[in-house]
This record gives sequence, C-alpha cells and structure tokens, in this order.
Amino acid sequence: MSQTLEGLAAIVNEVAGTPIEDITADKAFVDDLDIDSLSMVEVVMACEDKFGVSIPDGEVKNLRTVGDAVAYIDAQS
Amino acid sequence: MTDSTRRVVVTGLGATTPVGGDVATTWEGLLTGRSGVRALEDERYTELPVRFAGQVAVEPLEVMDRVEARKLDRCQQLALIAAREAWADSAQPEIDPERLGIAFATGIGGIVSLLDNYDTLLSRGWTRVSPMSVPQLMPNGAAAWVGLDLGAKAGVHTPVSACASGAEAIGYALEMIRSGRADVVVAGGTEACIHPITVAAFAAMRALSTRNDDPTHASRPYDLGRDGFVMGEGAGALVLESAEHAAARGARVYAEVASVGMTADGHHIAQPDPEGAGAARAMRLALEAAGATPADVIHINAHATSTPQGDIAEATAIKSVLGSAVDDVAVSGTKSMTGHLLGGAGAVESVAAILALHNRIAPITANLENPDPEIGLNVVHGQARKLRDGDAVVLNNSFGFGGHNVALIFRSV
Repeated sequence: MSQTLEGLAAIVNEVAGTPIEDITADKAFVDDLDIDSLSMVEVVMACEDKFGVSIPDGEVKNLRTVGDAVAYIDAQS
Repeated sequence: MTDSTRRVVVTGLGATTPVGGDVATTWEGLLTGRSGVRALEDERYTELPVRFAGQVAVEPLEVMDRVEARKLDRCQQLALIAAREAWADSAQPEIDPERLGIAFATGIGGIVSLLDNYDTLLSRGWTRVSPMSVPQLMPNGAAAWVGLDLGAKAGVHTPVSACASGAEAIGYALEMIRSGRADVVVAGGTEACIHPITVAAFAAMRALSTRNDDPTHASRPYDLGRDGFVMGEGAGALVLESAEHAAARGARVYAEVASVGMTADGHHIAQPDPEGAGAARAMRLALEAAGATPADVIHINAHATSTPQGDIAEATAIKSVLGSAVDDVAVSGTKSMTGHLLGGAGAVESVAAILALHNRIAPITANLENPDPEIGLNVVHGQARKLRDGDAVVLNNSFGFGGHNVALIFRSV
C-alpha cells in the first residue's frame, strides 16, 4: 500500500467508518464506500490538509475511485 | 379525520440527563435526590459570573458510534440516544412509515456547532467550514435525524418555544395522532447549548444562579435562597401511539396522554406574568379537555426553575386553578437535580411525571431547606412520596421565554 493510499484510507475510515482493509484503489467513493457528497467534501478537506495539495471542486467529480484520488494527489505533490 | 376523542397512550420512554444516561438511572436519581449539576472546568468560564451547569451523566460517545457522532451536533446526539431508548422500550412497533411521525423540539438548536464553525471560518477560512455545519446547526436537525433513524414519513416537526419546546412537541404529537395524520409519533425535546456565550447571555439577563461555591445546591426551587436557574443539557423522548394501535399489538402502556393546554402570556418577552394568568389558563384548558377536575390531580411536575419570580408566578397559577384541592397535590421540582434543560425540559419532566403516575411515587424537590412562605404548595422534599392509588391524572407544566405556556395531562390507564 502506497503512503498516499494509506493516508487516504485513514481519512475515509475517520469520515465514514469503513474498515481500513476494505479501502482499496479499485473502490468507488459513492458506490462502494458510502461516501455521500457532503462526506466527500470532508474527505477532500482532510486530503488537502494531510498531503498539502489543492483539489478544486471541478476536479472532485473526476475522483470516482480511491485510485483516482491517489493518482491525483501523487501528481500534485 | 380529526377525532378529538381518539385516545393516545405512551408506550415508550427514553432520557439522557445530568442525573443519568437512561430512564432507569435518571428516575432512580430523581427519587433519591441526586444532583447532576457540577462545575464547568474549562478555563473559558473563568471570568464568567456562572461556572457550573447540569452536564449529562453519560457522554454521548460512550454510547454512540464515533462515525455517527461526528456528523451530529451534541443536541442531536442526545436526541438520538433518548429516542432510541424510547423506541426500544416500546418494543419497536411495526408501523407503516407513512403512519409514523416525529415531533422533536429544541429551544436553541445546534448553536455550539455554529460557533465552532465560525471559529474555523475566522482561523482557517471558508474552505475548512464543515459541510455538516448546516445540518448540525438547524433547529429541526434533531427531529430530522430521529426521523431518518426510524424511517418516519408521516411528518417530522420541531416546535420551538424556548423552555416550553419539549412539552409543546408532545402536544403536537398528540394532535398529529388525533388529527389522523399518524398512528405512532416519537415526541421529545433536546438541548446541549452549554457554551461560554450562552452562559454569559443568560447571566446577562440575571436569570442564572451564581452559587459557584456550591453547584449541587444551586438549583433550589421554592427555597427562600433561590437565586436563578441552572443551565442543563439532555434529552427526553416518548413514544405516543393511538390506543387502538397499542392494544392491537399488546403493547405495555404507561399512561394516556389526556390533553394539552397551550396559551401565551402576551405580557413580556422574558418576565412571567406575575399572576401567572397565562399559565393558569393553560392548566384550565388542559383539565377541561381531559374532562378532569382538580380532585383528580395527584401530582404536578412543576416548571419550577428556581428563579425568584417564576416560581411564585407558577405557584399562584397552580393555586388559582386547583383551589382547595391544591393541598392534596404532590408538587415536585425536578430541575433541582437536573438543572434546566431548556428545550429538553418538558420532555424529560413528562417522562418523570408519567413514571410518577405509573409507579405512584413523586420525586424529590432537592435543596428545599427554607420554604418560601409565598409559595403555599404541597411540595415533595426530603424524600420521595407515595401517591394514592385509583384513577388519577398528573400534570406537567412548561413555560418559555416569549410567554409560552404548555400544560400536559397524563391519565392513569
């Protein structure tokens, strides 16, 4: 597990309570992890703080899966 | 569809209060005189004239999942805890969601979440304001979460009338069932607004006790030494059900919700009418609607906040309504132990009034050492008092800033 994935998994666990081991790159935030639009805002806020990146609202809709988010964060940081 | 004679009964009770984390612990504390008032240790209170409050005996996180809790304002956490206890206590009636309603009140709502997010806005900017802050601060949030939890679709409502809110919610629930909109309604009230600004604000009104050296004895309704109310937090919840619905499923019934009387003083934004005329009218309307006489009343859970004027105004009203029957009525002021739960008060005190009727024992009015001779009521103090058997009713009074008066009558079954 990459450091980014590990950090993101901790955030999703904090926000939604999903067990860390279930948070893998292929999982979709909405369909698999029960992250609604409000929780997604919380995830984004926490990612920005944790990884020191900026994730504009326009990008969030492209981050369908955990893997999408990891790739975006790694590209930014 | 409205049927003012449709009987409505109470089949479930829930509470989380400064005296106990559930109904059983709270009730035991009210019978034995255990205070839930204690010092506010946070240094933000150091410079305030009031440094104590009734704080819940069991922190929400001790009984609630942290992922759920983080979405909720504290008043919503307490509401859900009380509502879930009441629902479980009623043995979870099977009910068409479109026949299940919610009437859950608060006086102040999610003010602490609002203030926390305002602090965040100032320190970190708008991008760090929580996306949950609106659901947390909106006064109907607690009712909405309870409704979502139970899947209620008949209607979800939040009466707001300051310290009468919780009682008004029970009245609203009664009318929802009588009007034919629902067969089961979870009713209640919640509050969790203890914060330096609310303490300062109530203190600015000179409404609070300043007995900082002795918090557990600060709330002392009817005592000559009373000097204001004590802020408290907590929630109470009741499952109300049409009598037919309860009978059809063989539910355990605590009491009938016989009636509600609601009036307004039209006198002052915060002072009680000194004669208690509006309060008296509420009690008279309730008695009339219940078809009850003063002689039927065995117990009153009084509003009795421990303010110098309010306690006298209510006592004057009670005496004018009950006349010579007043001497036989056991009056209890349970805010002496819980503090004043504001929008939660009417619900928690209705739970207490119903248990007093069901178990035929009236809880204590703690801290009554030097009775104020102007009160002239038969106040239960020292120890809990046995109530007579037979058909009877009990009364719960709640009044709120703004001049709101709510009297609820519960009848034995």
